[in-house]
Parts: sequence; structure tokens; C-alpha cells
Amino acid sequence: MDGEELTEQETALYDRQIRVWGADAQRRLSKSHVLVSGLKGTVAEFCKNIVLAGVGSLTLIDDRPVTEDALTANFLIPPDENLYSGKTLADICCDSLKEFNPMVRVSVEKGDFSNFDGDFFEKFDVVVVSCCSLTAKKTINEKCRKLSKRVAFYTVDCRDSCGELFVDLKNYTYSKKKLDETIECQIQYPSFEEAIAVPWKSLPRRMSKLYFAMRVIERFEEAEGHTPGQTSIEDLPKILKLRKEVCEAQSVNESLIPDSLLERLVAGTSEFPPVCAIIGGILGQEVIKAISGKGDPLKNFFLFDAVDGKGVIEDISNPNNGS
Amino acid sequence: MASEQQLSAIKGAKVLMVGAGGIGCELLKTLALSGFRDIHIIDMDTIEVSNLNRQFLFRQSHVGQSKAKVARDAVLRFRPHISITPYHANVKDSDFNVEFFKQFNVVLNGLDNLDARRHVNRLCLAGNVPLIESGTTGFLGQVTVHIKGKTECYECQPKPAPKSYPVCTITSTPSKFIHCIVWAKDLLFAKLFGDRNQANDLNVRSSDAANSSEQAEDVFEHRNNEDIEQYGRRIYDHVFGYNIEVALSNEETWKNRNKPKPIYSRDVLPAELNQQNGNAENKLVTDDPSSVSAMASLGLKNPQDIWSVTENSRIFLEALKLFYEKREKEIGNLTFDKDDQLAVEFVTAAANIRAASFGIPLHSLFEAKGIAGNIVHAVATTNAIIAGLIVIEAIKVLQNGTNNYRMTYCLEHPSKKMLLMPVEPFEPNKSCYVCSETPLLLEVNTHHSKLRDFVEKIVKAKLGMSFPLIMHGSSLLYEVGDDLDESMVANYAANLEKVLSELPSPVTNGTILTVEDLQQEFSCNINVKHREEFDEEKEPDGMVLSGWTQPPEKAKDIDVSIDNGNGVSTLKASQAVSVEAEEIDNIEVMSTETAAKKRKISDMSESSEISNRKVEDVDDDGDEIVMLDDDSADCIKKRRVH
Repeated sequence: MDGEELTEQETALYDRQIRVWGADAQRRLSKSHVLVSGLKGTVAEFCKNIVLAGVGSLTLIDDRPVTEDALTANFLIPPDENLYSGKTLADICCDSLKEFNPMVRVSVEKGDFSNFDGDFFEKFDVVVVSCCSLTAKKTINEKCRKLSKRVAFYTVDCRDSCGELFVDLKNYTYSKKKLDETIECQIQYPSFEEAIAVPWKSLPRRMSKLYFAMRVIERFEEAEGHTPGQTSIEDLPKILKLRKEVCEAQSVNESLIPDSLLERLVAGTSEFPPVCAIIGGILGQEVIKAISGKGDPLKNFFLFDAVDGKGVIEDISNPNNGS
Repeated sequence: MASEQQLSAIKGAKVLMVGAGGIGCELLKTLALSGFRDIHIIDMDTIEVSNLNRQFLFRQSHVGQSKAKVARDAVLRFRPHISITPYHANVKDSDFNVEFFKQFNVVLNGLDNLDARRHVNRLCLAGNVPLIESGTTGFLGQVTVHIKGKTECYECQPKPAPKSYPVCTITSTPSKFIHCIVWAKDLLFAKLFGDRNQANDLNVRSSDAANSSEQAEDVFEHRNNEDIEQYGRRIYDHVFGYNIEVALSNEETWKNRNKPKPIYSRDVLPAELNQQNGNAENKLVTDDPSSVSAMASLGLKNPQDIWSVTENSRIFLEALKLFYEKREKEIGNLTFDKDDQLAVEFVTAAANIRAASFGIPLHSLFEAKGIAGNIVHAVATTNAIIAGLIVIEAIKVLQNGTNNYRMTYCLEHPSKKMLLMPVEPFEPNKSCYVCSETPLLLEVNTHHSKLRDFVEKIVKAKLGMSFPLIMHGSSLLYEVGDDLDESMVANYAANLEKVLSELPSPVTNGTILTVEDLQQEFSCNINVKHREEFDEEKEPDGMVLSGWTQPPEKAKDIDVSIDNGNGVSTLKASQAVSVEAEEIDNIEVMSTETAAKKRKISDMSESSEISNRKVEDVDDDGDEIVMLDDDSADCIKKRRVH
């Protein structure tokens, strides 16, 4: 993979992180291309992290106009209407992100990318989606998986003071050193669709409830045609009803998903900045691991709830699929 | 999303951040986004290029400017209407007294050294201000909450003592690369380029060699008109050749050890070296001292390469030469600085040649620099995660009623499926000498040890006091201050030189001393117990301080417990720090009593723990640095008595 050495400028700038993951990994990072969509607070944090890390390029997709609401958890937006009016979230974040590391190419892509074809996604090594519908998630995930090139796929969503990450690295092989020998590791990841199709009954009882709550809300939004920002506390009764249906269908007790949790997630329309930092940080680490090929990537959900403070990895895959 | 109640607590809060570096930048940003409106921030540092990979509020154009000020300006850009007060100052300054701390609802530390953390801990205790501590190294991090009376204070669990090495290991029997680095940096570099008047163990050998110290002095002195090339080779041959031969002559030392091989320049570098160095194209055009580099001069471009003995030798001689040719004025005043390229090159080369001699694997400049400069490896993501966790705890603290504080550990490898592991805080340690006023016990030979020893090694080093006051009953034995009159200063100076039992108010078996630091508003009692004998190896100071015990194991689910910024004794601010290298998966907080006590270490402004992070083989202990203290020579003499 190597060939060119890191430049003197890169060595000086990246010194401290090269000491963490090595020069090889840094080189790989500098050749990687990342696509990101849905620029809310958490994704803004992720973008900051990945730009600082020194990826080759970062492409942003978010045609939504900048609104005052967007300012709440996104530090990439200068709170000056003169500066942001008329611009899209992607535009304004692009300008800010460029400043963090002049060696990273940051650009904007416009349009509904769930309609883009495989050729488009092939340009990237990593795709991160946020604030999009269940259908869009599945579609983009499939497009990535269809490519012969491995394109790492992530979804990230934060509601209230909770956050959820999903990771799909398809068939991932990497080597690591254990004691004195190098061992080859291989992990098979299910797609998002496959993962959420895993019957709830087969999942460990002590699992993070947040996972189930997110699935109910996801289902709700899909059914109502809501964008993630549109759901609010008024929808709670409908959501509770949906919970009942889903739990019955899954043959699990409704108490699996506490009322209070659903209420929190639905009422909290803005993100909570500390959680953005935490989830954006974890996601950043995962993407860096996937690009560099170093370190055990998480499989395949990461869930965090500020109320109990636990950041948990849940493996939601069907053993029968060999994943 | 923060609740109404939380929001109102946040809006009215006045917060102090100590540190505007890796954690600080992330923290300031998150605090601002979370609605905090009155933030004060203290940081004495200026911005360096190597900060920019994670301290994202800073740009290339800011290099050299105050971190606290630039951080403030950057955050105001996206939150223009909040108040951020920067202080470009050392938190240990007397301006930051208890009154200062009391004005805050909570103090958030983003420090990188133990010394400052202890200081802030004491001020927060004295002012009864909640403190949230944190630290990160690579992918590891943690956040802890300290509330007086409710939880442990930062010092309730003694922090691990840094690893130190017996002087002989450094001077005669190195077995790890780190030993070679310490030799190259604290002995050879210091001898050649540092203060000539400083005592130096460079020629101390494990046996009483025939060489008188005067002869040794001559060797290192650059004689007038001596050709630099000649001088370089002379030094080279002396330390890598002659000294090794002398060491070899003592059979005892090598009975159970591999013998080193002497290396002479004539064998490694035949005379043609002169021609290479004469190549004008390789010479730097500029005379700018900071860009002078032996690597550049010799065309060795990659700091990640591991040079051969020959290449190291070339660098050694070229670096020495460049110091004399381009930076002569500095010779005699230099101390090692990790950002001094030429110094790093010299130390790397010297350490490598020594390593080669002793059969120890060589290291690249990049690695050597990290070890010699005690560099903490750091990434933005961990700092961001920790910052988020700090703010979550801070909000809880502001809502007084809620006692659901947590300590949170950020792990590299999941434990029980968790990457972020919350743990309940512990109750205060009832025998913590800092927050529970437990007296300590000092075993000392009151007829041999002087007050000076007590002040330096116990009060300042172990107890972390900077401006101590020592009393025996109502009698003031010693104090530091600006407003003391001459007779008192003279009195204290005299006291320092007296042995304890001969002080105006004699300190003997059973005496209780009271030691205070007025700025920290911290006071502590020490029961003195006279003891005749001390083990030279294990108790080189001739004094043993004890009395605070490890709190009983209350942790429920802890598998790992980490702590960063474990600087060590607080002797000299300007010297290198020691680091406890620990395995990622099994880290335990050790009490200072159980940690190996060998030689002393000193503290610098940075300290770190470097864990086993590279896929390549990394010498675990290779990340520890030790400063030999000035008394090492005395200890050597003592040992020779056998």
C-alpha cells in the first residue's frame, strides 16, 4: 500500500497520532475517501475528527438550508445569518471543515444520493449516513455491498441524550499482533436490513433497550413518511401503539421498551452536544480503524445512553447467515 | 437534550477549565454548545505544530500564541454572546488561590501532569468546589468526579510511582533501550552540552575504577583549536570504546550478564567520512539554528528508519560537529528539548550506538524522540469522547440534588461489551492525608538526615507542596515567602543544613511535625519515628514516609482502572518525567508503597502513560524516562563501601 513516504509536513502535524496507529496507517488514511450525509451535530463532530485525522477527501451531502435550529449542536455553523442564509448545511460545513486541515479535500455533493448509482459510491472507502429514512439506509447499504470494492458503511443517529451507531464492513479481514505472532482475523457483517431483521426473541435478554426503542421509532417514521426531525412528543401515543404491535409480532413483552425511554427519544428533538461529541468520537475511531486496517472494529451496533452512561457494543447478527 | 431544570442550572453556572489543550479544546466547544455562558480557562502553554492534529481550535497561523486566548477566540466565533475569560498563566500561580477557586460552581481539569492536578485538588478541597478530573492517552481515557465529603478526592488513591532505574543500570549495565536513552540524554548530552558544573555520573562505574575524576574531566573538554572531527571521534571512542573496556575488566559485573562490545570509530567509520561531510550540497543554506540538522546534512530523510550502527555513528559525529559549528554559543547551557531536532538526533544516535554495544535492539529517531521527550501519543477522538463525558457529569454536579455522579472509563477493547464503562465513585478514603487529615509516619535517622532532605524529598516531592511551611509545635522551622525579613531567611537557610535532631526545636523520635502549604490551604501532620538503618538500595533517601493506606476494594464491575498524567515526584519542574507503562487490558492503580522504589524521578510539565499500542513490537518499559537526581553520586559512594 505504501510507496510514498509521508511528507515532512504530515510527519510534523500527525506526529502524536502516528504514535498511536503508526505511519502505515497514516498513509492509508491520507489516501482514503469518505462520504457523509446528514449534517447534524453528531456528524459534524465526526467530520471534524476525520478531517483532523488526515483522510484524503471528505464529501458532504446535505441540501437542507441552514436554519437557526441547526445551530444548536453544530459548531461548524457561524451564527451569522448573513453568512449562512441561502446556503445549504453541506456548503457551510464544508467551509468550516476545510480550515481544520488544509491537507484534506473537503467538497459538497448535491442531490438525493439514495438515487445515485453504484459508480458514485465506488469512489469512496467509507460511507456514513444520518438523518435519513429507513428505506434510504437500506438502499444505500445495498448499493455499497454490491460493489466488489469494500466500502465501509455506517449509520449514526442521536436522539435526546442517546446515540446509536451501526457498522457494516461486509467481509472484513485484518491482521493483528497477539503476543509475538501475527494472526489473521476475519469478521462477517450483516447488512443493516439483515441485522434489524434478526428476531428480537433471539437476542440476549440483557441487551440495550435503546436498540429496540430506536427500531420502533424508525418504523414509525417510515410508516408516517416523517423525516427524523419531524417526529415530536405529539406522536407518542401512536408510537406507543406501534410498540405494542411490534412487540406482539416479535413475541416479546412490551415492557422491553419502557415508556419513559420512548418519551425521551421522541420529545428530544434537538441533539445533546455532549452525546454528539461522544458518538462522533466513537464513530471517528471506527472509521479510522476500518480505513487503516488496524484495531478490532466493533460489530455491529454501538449504543449509548447518557442516563446510565454505558457505551455498549451489541452484536446483532444471525448466526445462521454465517455473520 | 437537557431538561428545563438542567438548562437553568447551566445558564447560571460559572465554570473553570484548567487546561486548553487536547481535552480543553473539545471541552470548551462542548460546554459552549451545551449552553454554558460563563467559562474561565487557565493554560500556560503556547501552541505548537504537533498540537494541531487534535487541538482543533488552533490553526497553523496561531503557532506560538497563547492556547487559552486562541481557544476563546475560536469558540466565540460560533457562540459570540457567551463569556470566556482566558488566563495565560500557570495554575500554580499565587493569584489562583482558594478565593479564586471559590467563585466557581465546578472546576474541570484538562491537565497533563500530576503536579498540577494535586495542586488543583487541594484548592478545590479547601474551597469546597466540586472537581471533575480527566485524562487521555491514545485510545484510553477516563473521567472522575471529586466532591468533598461525598467522594474520594483526587489523591485518595495514591497514584503509581514512576519507574526509576538504579544509577548503575544506566551507567554500566543497561538492558533496555530506555536505559540507553537516559544515558544519552541525562549523562552524555548533559556532559557535553549542558552545565559543566553539574555533577555527572558519566564515568561512574560499578567498580572503583583506577581512573581519577580529573582525567575524566579532560576527556570531555573540547581543547582549543582541536579539530571538531577529531574531538568527536575522541569522545566517541571514549564512551563507546574505552569506557566499555574498563567496564569489561570487572569480571564480577558480567558473570550473569551478556558482555558489551566496545565500539571504536575507526572500525565503524573509516576516514572517508570527512569527504561526505564536505559535500556542500548537503549542507544547509541557512544558519538558522533551529533548522540545523545532522539528518538533513547526511541525507537521511526518514525519521521512521532504523539506522545502522554506521549511520548512527555518522549522525553522532555530524550532530556534535553541527553543535560546535552552528550553535557554539549555546554549548554549556543546553538542556535536552524534544523539539530541538539536533539534540534529538544526537541523543538517538548515542543511545543507538550504546544499544548496539550491549546487544539491545536499535530504534528509529521517531521512537527515540518519543521516549526521550516523554511524548504522549494522542488523537482527537478520545479527547472528544472524554469532553462529552465531562460535560454530562458537570451538569449533574450543578444540579446539587442528584447524587448520580459517575466515573467513566473509555476503553480501547470492550469489557463486558462496554467501550464506555461507568463506575460508581468511591467514598472518601478515611486515611487519605489530603482530604481526611490523617497524620503520616516518617521513619528517618534524625541524627543523619538534614532538614533540607526532609523539605526536598518528602515535603516537596512526596507531598506535592510547592511553598511549604514546617512547624514543630509553635516553632517555625522553615518557610518560603516573599515577605520574609533577612534574619528569618538566614535562620531558615541555617536550619536547612542542620540535622533534624539538632534543630532549634529538635526533631526526634515521637515528634509531630506540621507541614503546610498556604496557597493550597493544605495542612498535614507527620509523626516522626527515629530509625538507625536504611537499605541503600531500597530506601536510598534514608527516609520512609507511610501511613496512607489503599482504600478497601469497593469497585463493583471494574476490570480496568486507568489514570493519566501520572507525573511523579514534584522535584524540579524543568526535568523529564517518569511514566508508568502499563498493559492495556490489565491496569491497576498501584499504591506508592508497592511500586518499586529505586531512584528518584523528577517532574516536568508533561507526563504520560504510553501503552502497548503499536502493532510492531514495543518495549513496554521503553516508555519510561528517568532523571537521575543529583544525589546519585552520593549513593554510588555509599555502595562502594562494600
